[in-house]
Amino acid sequence: MTGPLIPMNIIPEAWNNVIALLIGIGFGFTLEASGFSSSRKIMGTFFGYDFVVLRVFFTAALTAMTGIIYFDFMGWMDASMLYINPFYVSPAIIGGLVMGAGFALGGFCPGTSFCGIAIGKIDAMVFAGGLFVGIFFFSEAYSLFESLYNSGNMGDALIFDMLGMSKAVFAFLLIMAAIGMFYGATFIEKLVKKVEY
Amino acid sequence: MKMNKRDGTFYINPYLGGILLGLVLFASYYITGRGLGASGAVKNTVVTAVHSVAPTHAEKSGYYSKFLSDDDSPMNNWLVFEVMGVVIGGFLSGIIYGRMKLKVEHSPKITDNKRLIAAAVGGILFGIGSQLARGCTSGAALSGMAVLSASGIITMLAIFGSAYFFSWIFKKLWI
Repeated sequence: MTGPLIPMNIIPEAWNNVIALLIGIGFGFTLEASGFSSSRKIMGTFFGYDFVVLRVFFTAALTAMTGIIYFDFMGWMDASMLYINPFYVSPAIIGGLVMGAGFALGGFCPGTSFCGIAIGKIDAMVFAGGLFVGIFFFSEAYSLFESLYNSGNMGDALIFDMLGMSKAVFAFLLIMAAIGMFYGATFIEKLVKKVEY
Repeated sequence: MKMNKRDGTFYINPYLGGILLGLVLFASYYITGRGLGASGAVKNTVVTAVHSVAPTHAEKSGYYSKFLSDDDSPMNNWLVFEVMGVVIGGFLSGIIYGRMKLKVEHSPKITDNKRLIAAAVGGILFGIGSQLARGCTSGAALSGMAVLSASGIITMLAIFGSAYFFSWIFKKLWI
């Protein structure tokens, strides 16, 4: 069966929301079971006492990336049909910087806060409340953000094209970089004093 | 095998967790053609709420109107169902591993109230940033990296770089 299955009409569109729910359950379960419902465990990545976020995040991204490249290469999936978030240079960078500040203050990102809520973390509930306020504020004040929001549109840009590399070479280098980071993380964890949480 | 699995201290191996999460993300792309997300569900809820309270205001707004269409409610949206699943999945894991407990988590150096104020401000900033960058850690960074999109990699670097910098400024909240 050549994927992606729903865009190819192999699975009817009517199933899309059911599948969304099932995928969400898998997403939430693995996040919680890995420790992403705890803000202090998440923040360990930035202080060096617990690199669980770094390990889970990069292993997940590279597993999915490898699967997509392999299925595309074998002709089991048409990767050109996958949704690519358009690249708007300045808003991607500035938005990322603002999110990083929110991360350091809040200790969660939106997905992990929903996991925290599921197991009763009150700080996660307040963080998610803040998300609603922030998004409402952005929407109401959109005229202030509009020119920044629409600036620097590069379309569905792919990183290896921009760097002038082949997809395979870039993917290989990314995997090597991740393995290097995993070794570095283990080394740093041994040097940093354990934090009890 | 550890015997104290259910006392809330057990977490699965992070590389195993990463592979499982990667397979979920891959399944999402293979079946539906799109990746995971989180902030988009909050956005759709805000759009629906504003549209039902003040329909003309929402239709005239440059931002809400992007996400409104005549035949389909924004709540009937893929991400809203996916996030309902996230809460269910987190809840199941919390029950299995014994982590269901109402609490505020923070460094012993600060009070509950201080933690909750920081969480609220953090959420507000994350909400604003996720709209500017057209997605959060899940939708922009993680899913974007899986398809090697430029926006995914750049947003990921900006989020983690900035979080690393600011976490040392707000160190007292955490350690």
